[in-house]
Amino acid sequence: MSLDPEFIGRTYPPSPPYEVGREKIREFADALGDDLAAYREPAAARALGYADVIAPPTFPILITMHAAAQIVADPALGLDYTKVVHGAQRFEYTRPLQAGDVVEVVVSVDDIRAAGGNDILTTRAEVRTLQGEHLVTALSTLVARGTASA
Amino acid sequence: MTVPSAVTEVQVGDQLPAIEVPLRRENMIRYAGASGDFNPIHWDEAFAVAVGLPEVIAHGMLTMGIAVRVVTAWLGDPGAVLEYGVRFTRPVVVSRDPGATLIVSGKVRSVDTEQRRAVIDLSATVDGQTVLAQARATVRLPPAHPV
Repeated sequence: MSLDPEFIGRTYPPSPPYEVGREKIREFADALGDDLAAYREPAAARALGYADVIAPPTFPILITMHAAAQIVADPALGLDYTKVVHGAQRFEYTRPLQAGDVVEVVVSVDDIRAAGGNDILTTRAEVRTLQGEHLVTALSTLVARGTASA
Repeated sequence: MTVPSAVTEVQVGDQLPAIEVPLRRENMIRYAGASGDFNPIHWDEAFAVAVGLPEVIAHGMLTMGIAVRVVTAWLGDPGAVLEYGVRFTRPVVVSRDPGATLIVSGKVRSVDTEQRRAVIDLSATVDGQTVLAQARATVRLPPAHPV
């Protein structure tokens, strides 16, 4: 069964607040094998003009993917997550996440289409501080293989 | 070339220093823990095979995260990345031994001197096969040197 395009534009409630921590940033940078000082040393980040260590460009995924579970697990939408592969990913930054930021994520359905027997869902996740400052938008394209009706 | 110290130093076609990154199963387990993505296709071979994969595959986001190191190392300031997007075209299969080797290179696609922006095209390959398509970052460049 194909996904219902009526869901395009549907917006979900904000995720619970997430506090960006220095050690989580370090752990994430380590996992990428990225040894840049701006991820680890507050003095190095301050020299670049930031208040504290900043997060690598793909760090927001660990917050946005969790928040997007509201969409992918929405029984009303009916996505078969066991068939899903990550098709594409895009980030648009206002500024990098930095240690001490407390953020929330608002997810919405950006696009739904079917192609080649696959359902293709694009989720939009807006990451902002609790004060409402926009930090990054993450667009994730998920492909459910073979689930679209002919 | 080395880190650009001014927008005027960056030319279309400039190559960014390439990186060669060995991937082992341990890298996926470490990334799973750091990212919270514990999908077993990235660490459980029996599960991966049962769902039709040849072997364990790397997280797409691990490949994407490694690839942008070419850009952030060149810039020196990871916060100067304004946009970054990729398409995942081919799974990165990571055998138990010898694993896989990801090679990433970058090239300046366009420069906007007035806006102090450049667009970088990234190439990411494993065994000569492209694993990311349309891998592209828009970055902010340092201002021109005062005269």
